[in-house]
Amino acid sequence: MPTKTDTKPEGSTPTREAEPLSIIGKPLMKVDAMAKVVGETMFADDLALPRMLFCKIKRSPHPHARIVKVDTSKAEALPGVVAVLVGAELPIPFGILPVSQDEHALSIDKARFVGDPVAAVAAVDEETAEAALEHIDVDYEVLQSIMTIEEALAKDSEPIHTGELHRGEGSVNGNVHKAVSLEFGDLEEGFAEADVVREDTFFFQGNTHLPMEQHSALASCGADGKMTLWSSTQTPHYVHRAMAKVLEMPPSMVRVIACPNGGGFGGKSDPFNHEIVVAKLAQKTRRPVKVTLTREEVFYCHRGRHPVKMWVKSGIKKDGSITAMHFRSFLDGGAFGSYGIASLYYTGALQTVTYKIPRYKFEGLRVFTNKPPCGPKRGHGTVQPRFAIECHLDKLAEQIKKSPLDVRLDKVIEPFSITANQLRVRTVGLKECLERVAERSEFRNKHGKLPKGRGIGLASSSYLTGAGLPIYWNKLPHSGVQLQLDRGGGVTAFCGSTDIGQGSDSVLAYVVAEELGVEVQDVHVVTADTHLTPVDLGSYSSRVTLMTGNAAIEAARRLKPLLLDQAAEKLQVPVERLAMAHRKIFDRDHPDVSMEFAEAVVLAEARHGTLGSTGSYTPPRSPGRYKGAGVGPSATYSFSACALELEVDPETGMVTIHKIWIAHDVGKSINPLLAIGQIEGSVYMGLGEVLMEEQVFRKGVHKIPSMLDYKSPTFVDMPPVESILIETLDPQGPYGAKECGQGPLLPVIPAVAIAVYDALGVRIDESPVTPDKIVSALEGRLRAVTVPEYDWPPPVDVPPMREESSS
Amino acid sequence: MMRLPPFRYLAPKSAQEAAKMLADHAADEAMPVAGGTDLYPNMKRRQFTPRVLVGLSRVENSRGVSGSSNDGITIGGMTTLTRVEQNELLQTHYPAITTAAALVSAPVLRNMGTLGGNLCIDTRCNYYNQSYEWRKSINFCMKKDGEICWVAPSSKRCWAVSSSDTAPVFIALDAECTLVGPDGERRVPVKSLYEHDGIDFLKKKREEILTEIHVPKVNGRRATYLKLRRRDSIDFPILGVAAAIETAKDGTVEKARIVLTAVESAPVEADKAEAVLVGKKLTEDAIEEAASIAYRPAKPLDNTDLTNAYRKKMARVYVARALRELMRAEP
Repeated sequence: MPTKTDTKPEGSTPTREAEPLSIIGKPLMKVDAMAKVVGETMFADDLALPRMLFCKIKRSPHPHARIVKVDTSKAEALPGVVAVLVGAELPIPFGILPVSQDEHALSIDKARFVGDPVAAVAAVDEETAEAALEHIDVDYEVLQSIMTIEEALAKDSEPIHTGELHRGEGSVNGNVHKAVSLEFGDLEEGFAEADVVREDTFFFQGNTHLPMEQHSALASCGADGKMTLWSSTQTPHYVHRAMAKVLEMPPSMVRVIACPNGGGFGGKSDPFNHEIVVAKLAQKTRRPVKVTLTREEVFYCHRGRHPVKMWVKSGIKKDGSITAMHFRSFLDGGAFGSYGIASLYYTGALQTVTYKIPRYKFEGLRVFTNKPPCGPKRGHGTVQPRFAIECHLDKLAEQIKKSPLDVRLDKVIEPFSITANQLRVRTVGLKECLERVAERSEFRNKHGKLPKGRGIGLASSSYLTGAGLPIYWNKLPHSGVQLQLDRGGGVTAFCGSTDIGQGSDSVLAYVVAEELGVEVQDVHVVTADTHLTPVDLGSYSSRVTLMTGNAAIEAARRLKPLLLDQAAEKLQVPVERLAMAHRKIFDRDHPDVSMEFAEAVVLAEARHGTLGSTGSYTPPRSPGRYKGAGVGPSATYSFSACALELEVDPETGMVTIHKIWIAHDVGKSINPLLAIGQIEGSVYMGLGEVLMEEQVFRKGVHKIPSMLDYKSPTFVDMPPVESILIETLDPQGPYGAKECGQGPLLPVIPAVAIAVYDALGVRIDESPVTPDKIVSALEGRLRAVTVPEYDWPPPVDVPPMREESSS
Repeated sequence: MMRLPPFRYLAPKSAQEAAKMLADHAADEAMPVAGGTDLYPNMKRRQFTPRVLVGLSRVENSRGVSGSSNDGITIGGMTTLTRVEQNELLQTHYPAITTAAALVSAPVLRNMGTLGGNLCIDTRCNYYNQSYEWRKSINFCMKKDGEICWVAPSSKRCWAVSSSDTAPVFIALDAECTLVGPDGERRVPVKSLYEHDGIDFLKKKREEILTEIHVPKVNGRRATYLKLRRRDSIDFPILGVAAAIETAKDGTVEKARIVLTAVESAPVEADKAEAVLVGKKLTEDAIEEAASIAYRPAKPLDNTDLTNAYRKKMARVYVARALRELMRAEP
């Protein structure tokens, strides 16, 4: 049962006293904006080193095949070919999760999808490397391929994995990667209390990230044996660990530098085979080796949205109270584990973090199929169930004859409460989000009242602000920042965080500048380099602003007293009266009594020696102590609500979105311009997923691995968006900030399906909501989604919550 | 996608010289290239690997629009789609042409892509417009390197889709084109340029260059073009409908043309539906009757975007919409 707990703000970063913020909250330019605009930014593929070789990777043409023999002799003999690499030379498996170390840099025994790498070439140029691939002879014994969830469960063909590589969980059974069952409270009691109990099924189609930048990696092995890898990765720390493991090198000998990413969206969060391949080739050849994937190969890297079938049953009272919810998900995982176990748990984790759900049961299943591996994409694992739940709630509201807006408004979870599945919630701006979008869109006047063909839809959602736990078990900080002051008044901020375009380098600079009272351009950020920067776990789970922000604040606040003491002495003003802003330290009561920041640095350095400090951040522990409780906890949750108005052509099923109103509880916007950019980007991506995008396969092959045929909206297709920032000043976030990079995607998808129903009276319970499905539905020929039968394991034992002494 | 394969680039000054070069370099699988917006990506995927390209950009007098609505007009084959789209004469008197040109791909590609190129554009299929490695994984198809038509495995011929937006409009306008060969030129109806075969989809000889398009005088003919595609830019048609009519003073239809594109390997004329319209006034009933048979020659298969059943159904809807547009535009 949800319980209300502490109502007073807690946490390590009390909001700033009376002083006005001079940088935080201002719509400043990104620190890397000019370089990006004029083309100076060095992405991984822009790098070139003397004597550099080019790598190309040979991939399996079969979805499922045993590798009988790989003969590289002809390729090795080709002029210009310097080295050829096969799987046996890299026998150590890896993977992002400790429980799913199931990948090899190059397949050894089996190829598991079309595009699975089997060999690699390093040559003097790309054309030679490409040509050499044709001269590598691979004998395959073709096996029956498994392309759907149903085929994976049928168990009548050879399993894709045998299981020995999935340690710990021990639950790989046939092609079932993992099956989970969690139950919180007496479900039957809940359904008995309800006035209406309804069941629905949904399908969310798989789709991919489609970053503008294709993955690229460059490896160089020095004469000292040290390895350097530059890569377009969102997670240099995890790549560092995987490289050290597979190459059998001490981690201190491996340096991973994440280049600026031309978009990631989760697609560059795994350690990748091509990164390890170029490192090994660099070792073999003693020359730098670069690989840049083709667009088609990026589709094979994938790690994108899982196709998920879902079944949900809920009880609701006439007043709109949900009495119980039972949710089942079936994930089509593709060929490898990747983040899949986390994805699976996420499909059941955040159902409870929007509306009050007192009793909740989740059963979920992930299977292996012969397709590129699925993993984390923006909104990781929560996008599919959010589509299902919001559509389901719309149907429930209709059934109890209550406005879908009121059903949501009345039952928004309490701030500073704990959910049925034991997640601790802090500030909740959802009610305000709903009210604002309803007001701006005139939802009450329009819903159910627009002419035929026009419709309005409303949905809401929540998301994590950083995963509460790291990928691998440890008690170390999740983010660290080191500051170094120079005598000229500059500040260098070192941090492992990785800018993937979301602006994390800028946020780091803003926070340091705010805290030390300098200008943003005085802060030099050095990020994402495992030799130079303290660990930050990476740009995933919307964690960076909160975690590096808090670490930066801590580092800056450790330095500040050293400077203020000098200023107090020089200015003859008590330390408590001193403030720092715009490169000055001044008397708050007499601002003209001031000194330059740089002068204070010189005085402090004379007194203390070289000036520097570190700060770090670890999220609070979550109260949940059951198996599976590691996925879902977060320092705090963001909330979003979206309303949108659209028109559907009843003859063609073509959807035109007229306007989108979206409100997002961002806690506090560090930079409103960047926050709105993230919201608009999320809306764009959500529209792509709900209207067009499909990672589909035919004859075992990706049907459309190109940017022309894999339909994603162009800017012509983008409707006007009104973004509304709601600030709830969360006690956990830096200055009160929460995430905004992923959450706003979530409500857009169900809002479209719901608005189509409002327009034409047909429910499209599967994504994408395409014109042909709408036409079929209008003709009554769209079939309901079916979910497989499965013999679920008994629910895990959920011990009662323990209150933490420090949260 | 790979990089471009190596090739020699020849730059003739006249169409006849170009045709001679194509004939002389037949052994090098020489191909003509105009804007290159379709050919170069296809070469990167190794759909074509010509060792010689004959570039048409320096061919003299190959661009521009001349003539009048009373005498008919001539458009140079090398006129870019942007120039076609922006031409005032065409906008005023032949708006279906500018509409179709403006619906091709996206502005940057229309700045390079030419009208002649659009008329001769390679047929498309999502078993074929894929990288070499991809096609290898399905053991290729008959259009390139393989034996079978994957979308119609029992078929003897290739079912790649005619994907020109402008061809159906010129057919509906009874336009002709000039083809220049090494030994002279000939003029043929645009309609007779196309063959129902995804591989040999053009009836011109491989060395012939399409230099000019001739559109007859307007003579009261009204025409329109509607395009179905998923996005409002970039996408090739997954259905296109060009319709044109000439009416007597009392509104009775004297001539009708309904041409469908992207539902076969060539543009297809719905002649039975045309016959239904002739002698009648363009009423809602006549439109419905024509639309109900016009979609029948459409043979969409599962080799482009959206389902074939949907595209076939939309052929009927789009024909009706195109005719309604002409009804509303009644003088």
